[in-house]
Amino acid sequence: MADANAQAEPQIRPIVPFLRLGNSRDEDYLFGSKCKNCGATYVGSRRYCGACSSEGPFEEKRLSKDGEVYVWSIIHQATPYVKAPYAVGIIDLPDGVSVNSNIEVEPAPENLKFGMKVKMYTEKVSEDREGNSYIGYRFRPA
Amino acid sequence: MREVAIVGVSMIKFGRYPDRDVADLAAQAGYQALSDAGATMKDVEALYSGNLYSTSGSGQRILQHLGQTGIPVVNVANACATGSTAFREAFFAIASGAYDAVMAVGSEQMGKQGLLGSRGDPATSLEGRVGSYMMPAVFGMAGMEHMRAHGTQQEHFALASVKNHFHSTANPLAQYQKESPLDEVMNSRPIAYPNTLLMCCPTGDGAAAAVLMSMEKARQYTTKPIKVAASVLTSDPFTPRDLTLPDVNTLTRNAAAIAYKQAGIEPKDLDMVELHDCFATAELLHYENLGLCATGDAGKFVASGAPWIGNKIPTRYQEDVAPFADKTYAPPTHTVVNASGGLLSKGHPLGATGVANIAEIVFHLRGQAGDRQVQGAKVGMAHVIGLGSACTLHVLTA
Repeated sequence: MADANAQAEPQIRPIVPFLRLGNSRDEDYLFGSKCKNCGATYVGSRRYCGACSSEGPFEEKRLSKDGEVYVWSIIHQATPYVKAPYAVGIIDLPDGVSVNSNIEVEPAPENLKFGMKVKMYTEKVSEDREGNSYIGYRFRPA
Repeated sequence: MREVAIVGVSMIKFGRYPDRDVADLAAQAGYQALSDAGATMKDVEALYSGNLYSTSGSGQRILQHLGQTGIPVVNVANACATGSTAFREAFFAIASGAYDAVMAVGSEQMGKQGLLGSRGDPATSLEGRVGSYMMPAVFGMAGMEHMRAHGTQQEHFALASVKNHFHSTANPLAQYQKESPLDEVMNSRPIAYPNTLLMCCPTGDGAAAAVLMSMEKARQYTTKPIKVAASVLTSDPFTPRDLTLPDVNTLTRNAAAIAYKQAGIEPKDLDMVELHDCFATAELLHYENLGLCATGDAGKFVASGAPWIGNKIPTRYQEDVAPFADKTYAPPTHTVVNASGGLLSKGHPLGATGVANIAEIVFHLRGQAGDRQVQGAKVGMAHVIGLGSACTLHVLTA
């Protein structure tokens, strides 16, 4: 009989639903879905298409780890639990989608360029009170 | 659809009112708008109340102060376009013939919490862990998109703050009425590149109200009814990056095309615009989105002096502006932008903003704007954008 007082084993969870975790951090990847009706591509999964109003169907795509910085900013005034300043950007992926991400560089304008090549990696970004770990994605210069 | 007129408006001074509740602030704005119209609660057939933080029952609580006459009350929430959406519902109530006199009130009490307070379990919050989703990041990156496409400099954006803070010195209703030369804007604390502290609107408390009537009824109350020549609301159409970086441009451009057609005017006919300068970057984007200048020319436009009161750079800022001006540039419009000081100075209590912008245009069209009066103003536009996304445009004519 299971011990009702036993602590649940802490889990490792993706912090966003469009990040799939592998057995090691090298195997983690972002996924998207492409509408076969109109070609619009989304991060994560979709039931209906916001571009063409159809129900697809959608083809799941493993998104590339290689991206380009479309635009960037340096955030100085951050939410209380995050250390500032830090760099963020909208990263365009070759699959036709963009993601919002931290960019791991010294946060100064001279270190960031429009169109700069970056590569995705994942790491633990937080832990909750039950000891569960959350894995997030980030980009750094390629 | 019949003609709709604004007969009364008011805006209480935006700021911080820790000792008063939001219904009290809203009721004050409502009472003043009724007085301005020469009307009373007995004349009001329906109330449209815009409030974002206390949506449910916000309008009923106003009537507990102003008079519980039992009229229909509609409470509206639509991001930063909350107040202007409430106004638009009021507009339709008259235009459709359902009512002859209604009131729209916008109100908000934000205190000092701003938009950075964390919600929910911080362990699963994305903010700052995988990108930034708060308004400073969104409008910082929206500005960077303009820099990328057109080579706009940080100083061009900063000039919008210099202008609006200069305008605010003549607006006793603005939360801040303090000038800020270019070096002060550039050297203030960075918030989210390229916006510094003085390039971000303050949060606070406030309320504004408008009394709308059919044109026929309005003429019984005033010899100067202000006509609502266009009322437009759009949401964000699909664009490839919109779900990642909210596209604040396309829905504003779409709204502008409809508004100009509805009102039968062109951008050059506008004497003034109150536009949604939640951040200095946003102001420049919207010059182009509203057709006040060509795409890519926003930096030249602000430096040309055209959107400043008097349509020229004040003498004491000429040195600041000169390095960023193109002497060969001829601005296509001479529309004064944000004579009130804009959200950057006036403040941005979310639900109040959309009605306050309309009140400001009315003050000018009636010639009641004091030292900030846009001389001879006959046609004005009020623009609001709320992320998520909603854009309202109202064209008002004297």
